[in-house]
Amino acid sequence: MSITQTADPALDATSRARDLLGVSRLTNQALTRWLHGLPGVDQVGCEARAAGLGTRSIKTTSKAWAIDLAISMIDLTTLEGADTRGRVRGLAAKALLPDPSDPSTPRPAALCVYGDMVGIAREALGADSGVKVAAVATAFPSGRASMAVKLADTKDAVRAGADEIDMVIDRGAFLSGDYLTVFNQIAQVKEVCGDARLKVIMETGELVTYDNVRRASWLSMLAGGDFIKTSTGKIQPAATLPVTLIMLEAVRDWRDLTGEQVGVKPAGGIRTSKDAIKFLVTVNEIAGEDWLDNHWFRFGASSLLNDLLLQRQRMTTGAYSGASYIADDSPSTAY
Amino acid sequence: MPKFEYAPAPESRAVVDLQSSYGLFINGEFVDGSGASFKSISPATEEVLAEVSVASDADVDAAVKAARTAYTRVWSRMSGADRGKYLYRIARILQERAREFAVLESLDNGKPIKESRDVDIPLAAAHFFYNAGWADKLGYAALPGGANPQPHGVVGQIIPWNFPMLMLSWKIAPALATGNTVVLKPAETTPLTALLFAEVCQQADLPPGVVNIVTGAGPTGQAIVDHPGIDKLAFTGSTGVGKMIARAISGTRKKATLELGGKAANIVFDDAPIDQAVEGIVRGIFFNQGHVCCAGSRLLVQETIAEEVESRLKRRLETLRVGDPLDKNTDVGAINSKAQLDRIIALTDVGEAEGAERWDNGCELPSKGFWFRPTVFTGVSQTHRIAQEEVFGPVLSVLTFRTPQEAVAKANNTPYGLSAGIWTEKGSRILWMADQLKAGVVWANTFNQFDPTSPFGGYKESGYGREGGRHGLEPYVKGTH
Repeated sequence: MSITQTADPALDATSRARDLLGVSRLTNQALTRWLHGLPGVDQVGCEARAAGLGTRSIKTTSKAWAIDLAISMIDLTTLEGADTRGRVRGLAAKALLPDPSDPSTPRPAALCVYGDMVGIAREALGADSGVKVAAVATAFPSGRASMAVKLADTKDAVRAGADEIDMVIDRGAFLSGDYLTVFNQIAQVKEVCGDARLKVIMETGELVTYDNVRRASWLSMLAGGDFIKTSTGKIQPAATLPVTLIMLEAVRDWRDLTGEQVGVKPAGGIRTSKDAIKFLVTVNEIAGEDWLDNHWFRFGASSLLNDLLLQRQRMTTGAYSGASYIADDSPSTAY
Repeated sequence: MPKFEYAPAPESRAVVDLQSSYGLFINGEFVDGSGASFKSISPATEEVLAEVSVASDADVDAAVKAARTAYTRVWSRMSGADRGKYLYRIARILQERAREFAVLESLDNGKPIKESRDVDIPLAAAHFFYNAGWADKLGYAALPGGANPQPHGVVGQIIPWNFPMLMLSWKIAPALATGNTVVLKPAETTPLTALLFAEVCQQADLPPGVVNIVTGAGPTGQAIVDHPGIDKLAFTGSTGVGKMIARAISGTRKKATLELGGKAANIVFDDAPIDQAVEGIVRGIFFNQGHVCCAGSRLLVQETIAEEVESRLKRRLETLRVGDPLDKNTDVGAINSKAQLDRIIALTDVGEAEGAERWDNGCELPSKGFWFRPTVFTGVSQTHRIAQEEVFGPVLSVLTFRTPQEAVAKANNTPYGLSAGIWTEKGSRILWMADQLKAGVVWANTFNQFDPTSPFGGYKESGYGREGGRHGLEPYVKGTH
């Protein structure tokens, strides 16, 4: 694979895609042939495999290890119209000290906020906390805006100090078969990300079929995404285990093909420790242990952290506490 | 050392109340056998689980007489609805005691608890539920005998060690639903769940003699086959023993259904959903340690994708967890017996000597008990013995083909004809292949799926007669085999 040094990373992505596809010009037809040439996914078999992985029984020491790993993989998220500076600062404080009763508790990987909150989050987290700031961009969650707006949205978040950008793909373009548009948009957003890592949200709940999820995963990786991510959290179903399994197969096979490792982020709907552990088992047995690290796997979640903390306290003390013992700036009513 | 080590997650044995010795179940009671006894061991640890009686000719005679009396005095006079009531009761008790049955099955057989818990026992209960539903509707099942199908009388049933409880349910449920009474012999290495089932018969107040369970090895089976009071035989096991039974009953009035060996082809085309096909290959041959008569022991893969499938398969096999059958995370358990392990070793040695390339997943094996690593032979030819003979273990032979016609020809080039699998995204090809394959069961884009509503059985040396579904009732009424 030869990548010529140019000033334009979007051109880099295109030339690399040409190499991988073996075409002289990257056309929508070439992308279609390539994506539709990927092996199909049998829905029944895929769901049975995911259900089988879900029956793994993770106990005692392995459970304690998995809980800490899961905590360290969380992108602690607040993406509401009602988000305030106070809410974001509260969440940052939670990320810095997830469990005041046990300072050995690991910190989550990142705080995930809207672009206008990046500065607040950055300031509240400080420079050396290890907790990253992730910003959703590109007219999240629908992605229905002009490319100029999407790029401006991204640049704005990067300028404000975002370490990571969570973009959405144009599902309309994808579903109508206009893969080249989706490719170009991802490549252009990647270009303005600079050093920030790019997570590509495919909104799998709108893509519906597993074949589409597989194609969108490969398209996102081809265009330069550092992470492939299931959902915005605004559409149901969000992160399911079978969808995540398909994506983990995609990053595994992508690395076999190119030597590059791409991360995976299921987001939305993962609320319990039990669920989180099923995802970690799936990461372990499908993609392999190289992905068992928060550089390569994340959970987009808000309430999951508290359940993990509750389970962690139980593993340490031997007794279940309750929501009253989980310090939270915006306590959930679910407990 | 792996990053994510799964800590041991053993299912508790406490739920099973093992006795030190078991008698025979004749006429509704446990009785001491008149012969010797044998030990049933756990193949995972070689621990002796219990002493079990060997039923002598006289014991078998007593069991057949009890079954005859129960047939003439009670069971044949009972309405179908009432027979169904007993079957429903048995099915519910099996569900209630499912965990006990699952643990005992894994102890005695060596199969992983996740399979006995999620497959064997739920399916066994489902077969009783399903056949219970037929008991009062036999006149509408299009059986020989039309509106009033007639049972044979006393049925002798001999079952194998690979799915002890499931095979028991496949045999007993339709026999009882159609109004027959039963003398059943479980395999000598796995008698314990059948004896626990005898307790269930007592718990369900099944009339004495309707189900009789005699334990022992070949000679006990022979006594059942030769007994003049037996009207019909149902056997699942090796083709060798099946042939002996067919010879023994030829010229007599006895009917038989035989479900015998297999050497199924699992056929993967280059347009297959490849990750699911790999799962299907694993399920096809490593499910139940490959101790499955319909196992997909021959992988026929299209030459264009052979290398890719092989490498994906090997990567997948490296994640298989082999070990303690009672651990909930175990994927592959113990080989059922020393004798079976010796046979697997002998045949795989032949495979190597004949020039096929041998690979196994290199996993650690426990020091005690009978174990064999998941093994794949590549570069196998149709004439190799490992492509022709049933290994009945976790051993896959990989062959290639170029065209659909060649796949069919190779798949059918075996004395067996029990099952086959087809993996392709092309629906028309599935239908064409299914039509060409000489196999009783053909799975499309899946493998080793079982359901009580679906008939199961073989072609050629895989036997005759069907079990399951409406078709599974036919052998138990007069006017068929």
